[in-house]
Formats: sequence, C-alpha cells, structure tokens
Amino acid sequence: MGGAKELLKYGLFAATILLAPYLFSGSYLLNVLVFAGINTLLAVALNLLLGYAGQISLGHAAFFGLGAYASAILTTTYDWNPWTAMAVAALTVGALAFAIGFPVLKLKGHYLAMATLGLGIIIQIVFNEWVDMTDGPSGFSGIPNLTLGPLTFDSDRMNYYLVWIFVLGCVFFSLNLANSRIGRACRAIHDAEVAARVVGVNARLLKVQIFALSAMICALAGSLYAHVMTFIAPSSFGFTVSVELLTMVVIGGLGSIYGSFLGALLLTLLPEFLSVMHDYEIVFYGGLLMVMTIFMPDGLVRVMPALCRRLPSLRRAKEDADA
Amino acid sequence: MLELIGITQLFGGVTALHDLSFTVKADEITGVIGPNGAGKTTLFNIVTGIYRQTSGRVLFEGQDISGMPAEKLASRGMVRTFQNIELFGQMTVLENVMVGLHSRSSSGLFACSFRMPWSIREERRIREEAMQWLEFVGIVELSGVMAGNLPFGKGRLLEIARAMACRPRFLLLDEPAAGLNSKETLGLAELIRRIREQGVTVMLVEHDMELVMDICDRIVVLNLGRKLAEGTPREIQDNPQVIAAYLGDDD
Repeated sequence: MGGAKELLKYGLFAATILLAPYLFSGSYLLNVLVFAGINTLLAVALNLLLGYAGQISLGHAAFFGLGAYASAILTTTYDWNPWTAMAVAALTVGALAFAIGFPVLKLKGHYLAMATLGLGIIIQIVFNEWVDMTDGPSGFSGIPNLTLGPLTFDSDRMNYYLVWIFVLGCVFFSLNLANSRIGRACRAIHDAEVAARVVGVNARLLKVQIFALSAMICALAGSLYAHVMTFIAPSSFGFTVSVELLTMVVIGGLGSIYGSFLGALLLTLLPEFLSVMHDYEIVFYGGLLMVMTIFMPDGLVRVMPALCRRLPSLRRAKEDADA
Repeated sequence: MLELIGITQLFGGVTALHDLSFTVKADEITGVIGPNGAGKTTLFNIVTGIYRQTSGRVLFEGQDISGMPAEKLASRGMVRTFQNIELFGQMTVLENVMVGLHSRSSSGLFACSFRMPWSIREERRIREEAMQWLEFVGIVELSGVMAGNLPFGKGRLLEIARAMACRPRFLLLDEPAAGLNSKETLGLAELIRRIREQGVTVMLVEHDMELVMDICDRIVVLNLGRKLAEGTPREIQDNPQVIAAYLGDDD
C-alpha cells in the first residue's frame, strides 16, 4: 500500500470499523458482525489465491476447520495458552498447505477444483471420525474465551473488537502484498503463466507460497471462531462453507481486498434478514452467484462506483421525464 | 553463447528436427529462417525449455541447459518473446515491465506485506528502471494504459521492454516483425540494433527477409528439419540451395 489516497482509504475503512459498535445498540447485530469479520478474513484469504494468483480452491473451509480444531484441542484437552495455540495452529496449517500445495497446484482449472474439493472432504471426514480427539459429529465444546491481561473476550462487543482488529491487520497486510512485487507476479501468473515464467517468475513456488499464506489466514480465522463460539462442530467446515466463501469473493470482486470485505459483509448479513429462506440458503447462494456473474462479473466493488456516477444522470433523466 | 549439438526432435513418427548443429556467437544477431514447417519454432521451443529434445545437447555459455525450466533460464540470462505476444492484459504497461524486474529483486512475502523500508526502496527502484525500459523502446507515454488495450505493434514493443527488464545476455525473438506494418518493422530493426549495443546477443526467427538480411550478422537456414545453409546475409542470398528451397527447384 503506497500513496496518500490508499492510506486515506484505509484510514476511513479502519475508522468505520472501529466506530461501528457505537452506531448500533442492538447486541444481536453486533453478534452477526463478529461473524462477518471472520468471514472477511476467510474471503480475503481466498481472494489472495483466487483473485490475485488465479488459483481456485473448493476446500478452503478445511483450513478454517483445522485452525478451529487445533485451537480447540490444544487449549481444552492440553491446556495450552490460547495465543500460543493460535500461532502454532496457523504455522502448522501453513506448513501443511505448503506441503500439499506442491503436488496439488501442479493441476490447473477443473482438475485443481476437484483436487481441492477432495482435500476439503477428506479433512471434514477426519473431523467427523476421529472421535477421540474431535468428539465427532456432535461437536467439541468447552473451548475457553480468549483473555488478554485484564480483558476477557466474552461479550459481543469484546469479540467484535477482537475479530475486527485481526481483520484490519489482515487487510493492511494484504493490500501491501497486492501492491508489491509479489502481488504483481501473482497477477502476471493469472494473466499469462508462460510469459511470467519466461521473464523469471517462479510460478510454481509462488503459487504454493500464496496457497500456504491463504491457508494460514484461514486457520487464524478458525482459531478466532473457536474461541468466540466456544463450541465447534464439523458441519461448520464443510463443502457448503467453501462454496459460500467462493461466493463472497466473486460477488465482492476478484482481486479486490475491499471487495472481499463487501462480499463477506453482504453474504453474512443477508441470510439474517432473509431468514425465511433458511432451508434454501444454498439455492439462494447459487442463484445469487449466477445472477452476479452474468450481470456484474467484476463484482460489487467495481459496480458501486459506476452506479454512483450514474445516479445523478439517472435522477436528472427522471426529473426531465417528470417535467 | 549458445551451442546446439546434434539436436533431433521426433513428434510421433515425424522428424521435426534432424541432427541439427550450429553456434550462436556472443554479441551477434543471428537469424533463423526457413519455409513453413522447417522446424524454426520447434528449435525455439527446445532452446527455451518448452520442449525437451529427443536427442542432442543445448549448451548455453558452455553449460547444458536441456530441460531447464523457463524461470531458471531467465535468471541465467536467457529471455524470449512470443510470436503471438504474451502480455499481462489486466495489468498496466508499466506493471508489465515491472514484472520483468521480478527476478532481479528479492523482497519476500513478509517484507512486502509489512512494507519493510528495504522493500519500499526496492519498489521505487523497480518502478524507475521499468520507466527507463519503456523509454528505451519508446512507449513511455503509454505507461498507464492497460496492456490488453494496446495495438499490436505497441504490444510487441512492450514485450521487448519487459524482456529487456530482465537484463538478459541472450534475447530470443520469435517472429518479432509478424503483424507489424513496414514503418513499425523499420523501427524494430533499429531497436534490435540498439539492443545489441547494450551487449545483448540476439537470435531471431523471422519470415520478413528484408528485416533478416538488414540486421543479421549470421543466418541459419532450415529446411525440412535440417540445416540447409549457414553464413552471412550475402552468402545466404547467393546460395543456390537456399534459392531452390524458397522458390522451388526446376527438376
């Protein structure tokens, strides 16, 4: 991230996030926003891989789950310090993704989608079947809340700040990365991999590095989720979650960090308002994804400025029509 | 600079190249010509590591580079361009050239994410040098344009600027004049000469005879996968076998 304009944009974003809890009195909305924050982390992570490096993953919920279960088990069963557990979980998941990435990211397009889908399914089976460790399908409970000195993150407001400070860090970090030589090389791979390699970009290594980084951020989100919820179950880390993440990234805008925030926010808040269609959620997501890709393939973040520009002229047209 | 020893390439039952040997000398411009199907592109793809030859050896600065991946060749100083221009269409002209400096910069994932002072300094250097290369090929005024929106001729220049940003010692141009009009071709000839003046050895595959005869120090003629002739432009023009291959034999 360079330039005054970028910094100003980030400053406004950060100020909005930090002041938001004072605008809503309702604790329920705050609670939903905590999950919007976790989803933003996940969406930004997936966007680094999909939107920048152009590599799809249909198994990202698995890394989220690995982070959550690692934190849960280490802090509850083995009594680790939650912050240490969180760091260890993120690093281990990152290392695991790095190792898996080498064979998996050799694949392209549909094959990569299938392989990551398989990976996600395998890991979810482990959550379900390794009952001694994970307590199986009924879920793992009794995870402690995070504490920091005198602070205990057990209220909606505390959790809101906990999660969103991580989001602000992650957004800052991702914006910097996107505007650096690494981000540029990723976009180059996305546009024309052979040409990128010919001018000296080690495409294979870079793709694996981004995959590992993306998995690490998901694991971090998982750890936060576990401590916020204090209860986790395998169903929160399944295929549908991976698809939801993909939807957030595409709807928000591929290759835009703020877009992922918009996508995550929208898709976290919408189901709450449209609770009538709860059983049809996945149908709704599928439909939304279709409509959005057909009518706004560049995502919300790129449609909104265009809409704002068009609004005055639309209003003028209406006024003309009225007169 | 580059030495090919007994290169043979089979595709199924077809012999694309047969026992081909020649040498590209440092600081020269070498042209590879030949009728369609002579094996020029196959040769290019073998040298740049896209194909692995059936037999024979490719030596670059004395070392066998057979089967070496493209990014490694780039870091050793060998860069190519493509006949159909391969640009990063969703990136600006300047960013395209900045990617060319990737292998000559080193800030890692974490230095970039945390904006370490040295990574900021490096980024500034990358930007400045990329602008210099745009100036070198003469498209500096287009730096902010999306590469995908460039006309073909400018795209060609951008591709060369991006390749030069890697600071190659050996530059391979795959039909650089293809799709250019005659004025653009003249500019290209002058550009290739200036590239050589930078101490870069150039090898090109080309159909435009006028360009090849104009700029090349040495020419290798391929026909049906074999070397038909090798020499200076004058020698090639007077070679009866070359004339026969191009214009057809009387028998």
